[in-house]
Amino acid sequence: MVSSRRAPVSMLLVLSMALIIVGGIYIAGNLPHVPPLAPDVVLLVLSVLLAGAAVAALSRQRPFAWDSFFRVMRWTLLAYVVIGGMLEYIFVVDGVRGDALIVTTLMLLVYAVDIPMLLSYSVARYQTPAESPA
Amino acid sequence: MAVVTAQTQESVTPPRDFQIVPVKGIPIVVAILAGLVVAIAGNWQWALDFCHVVAGGLWTGIDLFVGLVIGPILGSLPVPARVEFSKRFMPKMLLIMPTLVIVTLASGWQLARRIGDLAVAYPQHWWLTASFIVVGIMSVIALGILEPANLAVLFELKKPHPNGELVGRLMRRFVYTAGITGLMQIATLIIMTRIATW
Repeated sequence: MVSSRRAPVSMLLVLSMALIIVGGIYIAGNLPHVPPLAPDVVLLVLSVLLAGAAVAALSRQRPFAWDSFFRVMRWTLLAYVVIGGMLEYIFVVDGVRGDALIVTTLMLLVYAVDIPMLLSYSVARYQTPAESPA
Repeated sequence: MAVVTAQTQESVTPPRDFQIVPVKGIPIVVAILAGLVVAIAGNWQWALDFCHVVAGGLWTGIDLFVGLVIGPILGSLPVPARVEFSKRFMPKMLLIMPTLVIVTLASGWQLARRIGDLAVAYPQHWWLTASFIVVGIMSVIALGILEPANLAVLFELKKPHPNGELVGRLMRRFVYTAGITGLMQIATLIIMTRIATW
């Protein structure tokens, strides 16, 4: 039922999320001046790679309570799209434009996918399809 | 700790009669977020200050209280008592905490921008950067460890036969991480009161 030997999906997603947060701190720590975006782009690419590795590891989970995973994913994704949207709204209101806006938007996008995946996986890993609560 | 370990071996009576997300609370969350959007769009200093101080104060206070008061009490309770507490407490936290966090951060950012705190030069700017770093670390702990444990416990408790050992293990994780974020909130208090008295 509960497997103690799982692929490190959670660890990969937490690392991916942490890189996004570091990138956010880097930009926020330099505002109102937009700093060179190269460090953020590197962090973003690494974060996407880690998230991709997590998805690959997740897709190899057998057996896995996908019904529970997607049920949680649906609602948490909705919540984090709202949260990410709020943050994006603030950036736009504050006049962030150009490359900085593109990078921060992509970072928010990864962030808004990482967390729902992490939460969904955390629930589904302890469920079996037959046990998933209605 | 040995007592706690022994207690976690007990089977847990299935307390399935609760909502993982309290639906009645969602309109309140929507109303709060709508108020936040209005405050930001209008760029009203009083409203931004209100949102930041109220939500930030509640966030800090709840983190400290849960981490340093509720947590140790919860850790010392037998598993059935923890379960009864958790099924009433954790669903509410699932709505309250993310709402407080987003209101605090969004209004705080806008406020700092409006009153010119973001434009302060280094080394004074380090106080702001320090607050970003503290919030960043707390976010990783809360979103990476605490919240997944919280949600996993709630789903486990919805099962016909919850695994007492698993609930105990996840609850310990919740209590420890709540304690860590609670302690980190002391750093937030120091930084924020310092910034407020520039």
